[in-house]
Amino acid sequence: MKANSDETMMLRTPFHSRVAAACELNDWGTWKGYTTPRSYTDVELEYFAIRSTTGVFDLSPMNKYRITGPDAEAYLNRMVTRDVSKIRVGRVGYTVWCNDAGQVMDDGTIFHLGENDYRLCAFARAVDWMHWSALGFDVQIVDESDEVAALAVQGPTSCATLLAMGLTGLEELKPFGLASFPFEGETLTVSRTGFTGDLGYELWIVPDKAELLWDRLFAAGKPHIIKPFGSDALDLARIEAGFLQAGVDFVPAESAVRNGRSRSPYELGLEWLVDMDKPVFNGRKALQRERAEGSRYRFAMLDVDGNKPAQHSFILKDGKKVGTVTSAAWCPTAKSNVAFAQLEMPHGAVGEKLVAEIYYQRELQWTRVLAPCTVIAAPVFNPPRRRAVPPGQF
Amino acid sequence: MTDRYDVILVGAGHNGLVCAAYLAKAGRKVLVLDASDSPGGAAATREFAPGYSVSSCAQWLHQLHPRVCRDLELERHGLAWAARDIASISLDAGGQHLELLGASVEGPGVSAEDQQAYRTFHGRTARYVKLLARVFESRPPRLVESNLADRITLLKLGLGLKLLGRDDMSDLMRIVLTNMYDLMEEHFDSPQLKALLSFNSVLGSSMGPRTPNTVFGYLYQRLGEAFGHTGVSQVKGGMGALGEALAASARARGVTLRLGSRVASIDMFNGRAGGVTLASGEQLGAAVVVSNADPVTTFEQLVGYRNMETGMARRVSHVRCSGAAAKLHLALDGLPGFTGLDKAQLGQRLVIAPDMNYIERAFNAVKYGEYSASPAMDISIPTLHDPTGAPAGGHVLSAIVQFAPAEPAGGWEAASAPGGETHRQHFTRLVLDQLERYAPGIREQVVASQLLTPSDLEREYGMKGGHWHHGELALDQVLMMRPFPGASQYASGLDGLYLCGAGAHPGGGVMGLAGSNAAREIIRRGAAA
Repeated sequence: MKANSDETMMLRTPFHSRVAAACELNDWGTWKGYTTPRSYTDVELEYFAIRSTTGVFDLSPMNKYRITGPDAEAYLNRMVTRDVSKIRVGRVGYTVWCNDAGQVMDDGTIFHLGENDYRLCAFARAVDWMHWSALGFDVQIVDESDEVAALAVQGPTSCATLLAMGLTGLEELKPFGLASFPFEGETLTVSRTGFTGDLGYELWIVPDKAELLWDRLFAAGKPHIIKPFGSDALDLARIEAGFLQAGVDFVPAESAVRNGRSRSPYELGLEWLVDMDKPVFNGRKALQRERAEGSRYRFAMLDVDGNKPAQHSFILKDGKKVGTVTSAAWCPTAKSNVAFAQLEMPHGAVGEKLVAEIYYQRELQWTRVLAPCTVIAAPVFNPPRRRAVPPGQF
Repeated sequence: MTDRYDVILVGAGHNGLVCAAYLAKAGRKVLVLDASDSPGGAAATREFAPGYSVSSCAQWLHQLHPRVCRDLELERHGLAWAARDIASISLDAGGQHLELLGASVEGPGVSAEDQQAYRTFHGRTARYVKLLARVFESRPPRLVESNLADRITLLKLGLGLKLLGRDDMSDLMRIVLTNMYDLMEEHFDSPQLKALLSFNSVLGSSMGPRTPNTVFGYLYQRLGEAFGHTGVSQVKGGMGALGEALAASARARGVTLRLGSRVASIDMFNGRAGGVTLASGEQLGAAVVVSNADPVTTFEQLVGYRNMETGMARRVSHVRCSGAAAKLHLALDGLPGFTGLDKAQLGQRLVIAPDMNYIERAFNAVKYGEYSASPAMDISIPTLHDPTGAPAGGHVLSAIVQFAPAEPAGGWEAASAPGGETHRQHFTRLVLDQLERYAPGIREQVVASQLLTPSDLEREYGMKGGHWHHGELALDQVLMMRPFPGASQYASGLDGLYLCGAGAHPGGGVMGLAGSNAAREIIRRGAAA
């Protein structure tokens, strides 16, 4: 390859031409081999588009697996921890899945597209695991990651934007609902889902129509102040909304190299996703044992005093280290300093007072603060508009 | 569910019956179910032509553990020997045979140096066999989460290794992972001797002399010596009589045996095995289910992959269990004449494997799904010791024939072999061609013949792949890795389900250790089983 060549080994999403045009900072990151922007113009402004108007995020690199066949439901039910039979056609469900040791391999969403027809969206590549899991089931599994382009359209004016684009009736779509609309001879699938904790939608389309979709969306969204956002702004929004990020807040079990570095759903505060009434699912035996014997760790959301993000901090109790922070941010809308921490049991009960050992620097001068913090029960940002049907006009 | 049993045992194979008898002796209410109409599984005697019957799967008894024999009073329950201390004779077409029994090897082609070398080799390897035997007589240890009993077993293994002395220990470590071909080349000159020992190492396996693990196979095959056997033995009435003796012993201890009852599924209740459903639809419940079936049949067919977690299903699907040994049974109108063998010698174990490359070439075929053009054979003429197997004047020749695939291209009945024959006819003819070289005229004596391919053995005896050992005996599939990691110490990895067959530690061969060890483990666990 020539130096200064425009060619790159990085993959480009179907929206790349539009993304690149908007990415003023040329602040590119990598996501599963795709080149994707960390930020377009300014992280704060992008974040405020999500919270105040409409932000658009290209999530095409997300791994998407299509599962069809008479055993599709039974197959997924054995693979994931929650009861898939409760996800009706036209609905989406968030879940995690574990290996036999009851350690979380990944989290993701299951789209129940039709009778015996599901799509699983996953952070990690899982095609090998999905095929191994298919032993004994009559299912077909297709990796359609590259065949489906996707945009997240998030924020208070997202519904208005999409209605202006012609998605009539969208306002009736409930959270975690699915709808489809004709789009230039193809089907545009819309789910009321997202990773920002705000009112928002995700749009799924064949790659051929991706650029056209972007153009229509931005044209319709102009009066509603639409803006693309990168992964930095997304990170801020998801921490504020209390969402775990695979690879950040936990190590996907099958990629953990060191013993003991993976986590169970119980250790990630995701026990509500585990349905022990199912007779068989991956990790069940180990999780039963964990329930009887106790977990090693507890996930805690911390409200940290001051405004210094507790990034990478040790968490102390009476001067002794009891855990570490996996994600942290000063959350602008909630105006609180939030940290996600992995605490050794028995620490982490709601209300427990701890100390975050925070290091930060200003103009090359490093400072250490010992910031008191409190374990909180719920995410700091959870607005009614996220659930309202129809969502209000903003 | 009318009767509630403590234990339901799936399969009345020899290990199943042993396990059942021990469990019943310990006071458990045990039901044994088997699809077959006769007990014993692969320890079976069947009529294959009018008036002619034969040990139709396992042919020799040479590893039966004396403790099992004594505890279950098998001789009191009808086990009798037609012949013991049977030597192995490696056949030579020109009559220059080699005879091997214990530490002694005789024959015109064997030099004094080879005889001496064999005595030394035999003595040294006998110490390794003894060490293995000690490990095999108890449950396999676990490497992680090991408790005191496991640590003691590991300690015994370590101590046993240490007690071998420095030279023996380093020799064992050196050879155990290697192959028989190299080991034989290192020790002996006689092609016949090298081939005979190599053939013993690959009996029932899908391996050739150059395959790694064959030294382990050789030591395993000699376990009988550590249990007090010399050479091989023949059971009076055929191996089926052992099955009957085991059944009688089990019944005498209170075991209920239901033959002709095929188990269609092992039923899971909220993640725990709690009974079985028969092919007839009848459902039977029990606190514990023990499977004598091979692991793949147990987990894939009887339990079903969907009733276990992905990692386990995957490990089951990776168990290597492609059998490559066929059986040929010939009904003869008279005693066959083998060049250079007297009548006493005819009653020994006759082996056709003139040199190691002969075996290797025979093995090559099966790697590609074909059968050997010149197969190696382990031959018995049981009617010499026990005339009940044939009409007056008649004889039976039974041969283990290696190698044959489960199915050649198109299947055994496809008429695609040379001359428009089916593969079955063609392979039978190839085997007879070989026999004819050593026993001229035998073809004319054949009244009837039966070829049991690995597929036939799978169908007839319910062994996946037709593999005697219910899974290849290789170092990655023994001890705590047998049948697969996560399912060891006879627990299956599924609550309430145990394994007691050849697929469990220590492996195949009619020795009864898998069954007795499994019973001991279930009894040890008590109510927690």
